[in-house]
Amino acid sequence: MTSPLEQKKIKIAGPSVVTANRTWDGIVVYRTAAKGWSAELSEAAIVRNSDEARALLAESVADDVGAIGPYIAPVQIGEDGKILPGNLREQIRRTGVTIGQPAQA
Amino acid sequence: MYAYDEIDRTLVNERVSEFRDQVKRRLSGELTEDEFKILRLQNGVYLQLHAYMFRVAIPYGTLATNQLRALAHVARKYDRGYGHFTTRQNIQFNWIKLAELPDALADLAEVGIHAMQTSGNNMRNVTSDQWAGVAPGEIEDPRIWSELIRQHTTLHPEFSFLPRKFKIAITASDHDRAAIKIHDIGLRLIKNEKNETGFEVLVGGGLGRTPFIAKTIKHFVHGRDILSYIEAILRVYNQYGRRDNIYKARIKILVHELGIEKFSREVEDEWQQIRNSSLQIDGEVIEDIRSRFSYPAYEKLPHMPDQLRQAAADPDFEAWRKNSVAPHKVQGYSIVTISLKPTGGPPGDATAEQMDALADLADKYSFGEIRVGHEQNLALPHVAKRDLPALWKALDKLGLATPNVNLITDIIACPGLDYCSLANARSIPIAQELTRRFANHELANLIGRLHINISGCINACGHHHVGHIGILGVEKNGEEVYQITIGGRADENAALGTLIGPGVKFDEVADVVEDIVEAYLALRERPEELFMDTVKRLGVEPFKERVYATR
Ligand code: HEM
Ligand code: SF4
Repeated sequence: MTSPLEQKKIKIAGPSVVTANRTWDGIVVYRTAAKGWSAELSEAAIVRNSDEARALLAESVADDVGAIGPYIAPVQIGEDGKILPGNLREQIRRTGVTIGQPAQA
Repeated sequence: MYAYDEIDRTLVNERVSEFRDQVKRRLSGELTEDEFKILRLQNGVYLQLHAYMFRVAIPYGTLATNQLRALAHVARKYDRGYGHFTTRQNIQFNWIKLAELPDALADLAEVGIHAMQTSGNNMRNVTSDQWAGVAPGEIEDPRIWSELIRQHTTLHPEFSFLPRKFKIAITASDHDRAAIKIHDIGLRLIKNEKNETGFEVLVGGGLGRTPFIAKTIKHFVHGRDILSYIEAILRVYNQYGRRDNIYKARIKILVHELGIEKFSREVEDEWQQIRNSSLQIDGEVIEDIRSRFSYPAYEKLPHMPDQLRQAAADPDFEAWRKNSVAPHKVQGYSIVTISLKPTGGPPGDATAEQMDALADLADKYSFGEIRVGHEQNLALPHVAKRDLPALWKALDKLGLATPNVNLITDIIACPGLDYCSLANARSIPIAQELTRRFANHELANLIGRLHINISGCINACGHHHVGHIGILGVEKNGEEVYQITIGGRADENAALGTLIGPGVKFDEVADVVEDIVEAYLALRERPEELFMDTVKRLGVEPFKERVYATR
């Protein structure tokens, strides 16, 4: 997964969301249509073209106190309308490490 | 052990309150992330995939038991109950909340631990042999010099704003356990004909996108001149260092472009101007630092105590002893390596419970001292041989007696795509699978010394270039693909590995490694011929054939 931190031009190939890490604790969040952040991918605002993506990203970047390092990430929309991460990196960000952790919290 | 002085303590405490204020201003929005980023990086705080990551320095890999307990406390209170020991004598916590970080830093400051010099374009913590001060045949304790350099370079302007980060490693033994040839500056402590202490100086090592093995620029620099000599190197670097191109600004690139002769001439010219300045080290300064390192009051013990003779009848104990126990400079004592590579576990992770229990064992059996090495294992540096059987039993109960030190399952792996925001591919699950494949101790033992190193991207945090078998994760069309190299090594004969062919998929990596190992077992002339030697004798071709014949 080429790191999206190297994302330069904004060009999207399919449905996408804006994701970032919440400032105070670092957890993964998604930009919502209500101009906030949610830890639930299901609540993410979906963008479908580059203009929408650019606008959502700009708005997210401006909310610097809420979350940091926002970028556009691909998603897949299931038949039931369910939003799923679009690649392995995003899947790992959503569901956590793919390995057992040495000590369960 | 090293006793910090008051200036250090004050400095560390000031940094904590400064950071507390910065975090507060960040959370209130007074500071933007852009403004804050450099400040958090100066305090060892990165952003990873799931959370902030907090990196703490363990200078020259020496920890006291109260410090290890403080790390356990941070893992338990502010993280998810574990920490990750890295290849740079650091520990990383993966799940820290920014809002709680100042408290974590304050708790660590109480035991003299800090996160300075763990990130940013500055002088990183000076690493050293994890067996410093206890290895037989060592010329003198290299940590004294690490500490001298640390003191000089910490927060010194010349060292705080370098073109890129800068790493120094020191060794004082013939066998290089500090991997000095892959550091920006590598120092090998030696004596000259007059029996004076000095250093062979190597520069320009480093891995990453453009890997280089360091080259010697001066065969002997007297100990008293080492700071001025390092300063001269940095001045030349600062003059030329290409700050405009992030990939090119490491000293290795400069040394490569100027050529080692020109580079050393320039350093020499620079050095002649400053060598008799205030940078010349006064014998007293060194003696002062030396006096702050304390060594245990060793007892006079037999070389072969009864306890050890009796325990030798137990094959499990013997398997562990053969891999994990090394000779000590003092008769009757040993250095015990503690494997953080259990079968199926992530390399380098330790739980808070393990850290606490290990601190207790170090108090009981190792004069309260623990070491952290670059192979992502820990060590107890002063264990009386008579205590080895009891120690082994205790370690085994904690899951810390895997008898695999230096064997194929003693894998170095970076966090990779499970944690790291720069990753192309996962590293840890590859390591886990390999430890399962080679879990049989007889098999691992039959294979002998073989180091596997795994990185999840070209930054090479897992040192894949210098693994006997190196595995690098890359991305191809959205899929994880792994490039395999063989023949690298990180010791005194450091070399970069050679790519054996096209990359392979995630699920195939362990099979490919098995093929390579089978080829080696079939090709070696004698059981004593190590993997490295077979590769050296035959080159990569026979391995390549074996791996790709069926793929
Ligand atoms: C997960 C967070 C991490 C991040 C974001 C990270 C990032 C980086 C980057 C960007 C570089 C290349 C810098 C350059 O070439 O100038 C690098 C190098 C390095 N990292 Fe990490 N790293 C991480 C974790 C680790 C860990 C866990 C280890 C130890 C196991 C480690 C050990 C190293 C080493 C030894 C190098 C130097 C390689 C060389 O000689 O060029 N890093 N890291
Ligand atoms: S090698 Fe790459 S993936 Fe691994 S820790 Fe370093 S930056 Fe992350």
